[in-house]
Amino acid sequence: MSLSAHVVIQRGSLGVDVALEVKPGEVLALLGPNGAGKSTVLRVLAGLARPHAGLVRLDGQSLDDPAAGIRLAPHRRPIGMVFQDHLLFPHLSTVDNIAFGLRARGSSRAAAHTVAARWVARMHLSEHSSAKPRSLSGGQAQRVALARALAGDPRLLLLDEPLSALDARTKLDVRADLRHHLGDFAGATVLVTHDPVDAMALADQLVVVERGRVVQVGTPVEVSRRPRTDYVARLVGLSLLSGTAHGRAVLLDNGASVQVAEASNGPVFVAIRPASVGLYRSRPDGSPRNVWPATVAGVTPYGETLRVDLEGEVPLTADVSPEAAAELDLVLGAGVWASVKASEVAAYPA
Amino acid sequence: MNAPVSVRQSRSQPDGATGVPAILLIPAAIAVAFLVLPLAALLVRAPWSTLGSLLSTPEVRDALRLSVVSASLATLISLVVGVPLAWVLARSQIRGRGVLRALVTVPLVLPPVVGGVALLLALGRRGVLGEPLYSATGVSFPFTTTAVVLAQTFVAMPFLIISVEGSLRAADRRYEDAAATLGAGRAMTFRRVTLPLIAPGVAAGAVLCWARALGEFGATITFAGNFPGTTRTMTLQVYLALETDPDAAIALSLVLLAVSILTLGLLRDRWLMRT
Repeated sequence: MSLSAHVVIQRGSLGVDVALEVKPGEVLALLGPNGAGKSTVLRVLAGLARPHAGLVRLDGQSLDDPAAGIRLAPHRRPIGMVFQDHLLFPHLSTVDNIAFGLRARGSSRAAAHTVAARWVARMHLSEHSSAKPRSLSGGQAQRVALARALAGDPRLLLLDEPLSALDARTKLDVRADLRHHLGDFAGATVLVTHDPVDAMALADQLVVVERGRVVQVGTPVEVSRRPRTDYVARLVGLSLLSGTAHGRAVLLDNGASVQVAEASNGPVFVAIRPASVGLYRSRPDGSPRNVWPATVAGVTPYGETLRVDLEGEVPLTADVSPEAAAELDLVLGAGVWASVKASEVAAYPA
Repeated sequence: MNAPVSVRQSRSQPDGATGVPAILLIPAAIAVAFLVLPLAALLVRAPWSTLGSLLSTPEVRDALRLSVVSASLATLISLVVGVPLAWVLARSQIRGRGVLRALVTVPLVLPPVVGGVALLLALGRRGVLGEPLYSATGVSFPFTTTAVVLAQTFVAMPFLIISVEGSLRAADRRYEDAAATLGAGRAMTFRRVTLPLIAPGVAAGAVLCWARALGEFGATITFAGNFPGTTRTMTLQVYLALETDPDAAIALSLVLLAVSILTLGLLRDRWLMRT
């Protein structure tokens, strides 16, 4: 039950060209900003949009092969899909929504109802079995949508921003729940999200898409440790710089120099965690090798701390406590000194 | 002194009904009077005491039954063929959709009597289709109850088509995508998803269609004639009774007025509450 897809499609002014491979039981997340073409790729996999070129194969069977004139209609694909705002049929009850796909694929009314009732119980929806979608909470509706997609025993599960319609509180529970159900699912799963936390929590593999192109592929840990674009770096809360390594010194593209933990040579990315950046009113003495003057360009609350955007020869983001911020008088345009220990700076080949 | 007053007036204008300028208020009042007074006259002159007996004569009951049955059949036919046509107009990619829409909505603006003439020329005993049909099967439409139903369908179906097409355009097509990913083909999607979603629009269209069919006069009298029991509907009965028995005409008109008000009541949410 593996998916192998190369999707080429024009969407307005956006040319989308994305390739992905998903093994059975694996969850792949397409992560990217809004308008990057992620949902378009998902619609092609579902058969709801027609690719201009490329190839979509599931277990060796071609679902889309424009060159060979092959295109399997969406209702003939062995898929299940969860839509952004669930799209539960408003005129059908919970159990009838779940039974819909089974009925459509030829089960008798009784058989479909039996299977659907089993999903109702499994999703802890027994009290809402005969409820209409409008009386369900966001989390319940999400479970119904997932059950509806899974009840037909699909080989490919497609999730389009499955958590974006939920409030922050519900999201935590539903995410954990979804993770559990995805773990039980034997087929391939493709998840589209713009939320890195969802992607990290749910996916085995990340494919980062920007402007219709894949910019980075890897496990969540790899991608978060070693972002390759500014977008990914900001998503995972890192400052990303690029330059050329000469041993343990990296000459940044803008001329500044950074001391790093491990020696290397050639083009590299340098990633710095905001928590490892220290801020001072005057130039600090002592061990830190990386000290730069900077100007405060923005201060925003970030959890328990304040996130400070810095401009200067090395653009950085620093996390400081509110007390430190008050002490440093961090107003917009204030001049500070930023320092980072070389041992806190990661460099990896570009 | 003048300046502050005019400022206050211009400020209060957008707030409420009191801000309607006289130049609009007077013609508006005339329009209301013109539209409402005739209906009030109908109520004033109604023979309330003899209403029951006027409405229970055999001719009136025949006309009433014929109107209800024929309008219902016309609505049924319109539903069976009009809803699919609305789908074609709203969803298909066929060429010339705009021309097709214009053609099928012509009866909305065509004088009904012209529709009656057109039906005669098409389906009359000497008509383009009627003549071969008559010589082959001996079936002839004009001056039968069937002709009443055909005339009403011709005039009323466009109302249903327009209403249903509007609902189809407004419906969220992503539900149809969802149905497709669940294995439903287009026929099943239409039957189990699209149709229930647009049910309010179909119902509104059917009510409108039925009311229009019930009020049909021109096409009916031209194509179906005026035979008691077979083609003399309520509206024809009103017209005839006005010469012989005005009280009966008023009584029948009251019934039709009541049906119209009921129709508006049923359509209230869709047509009147639009602000």
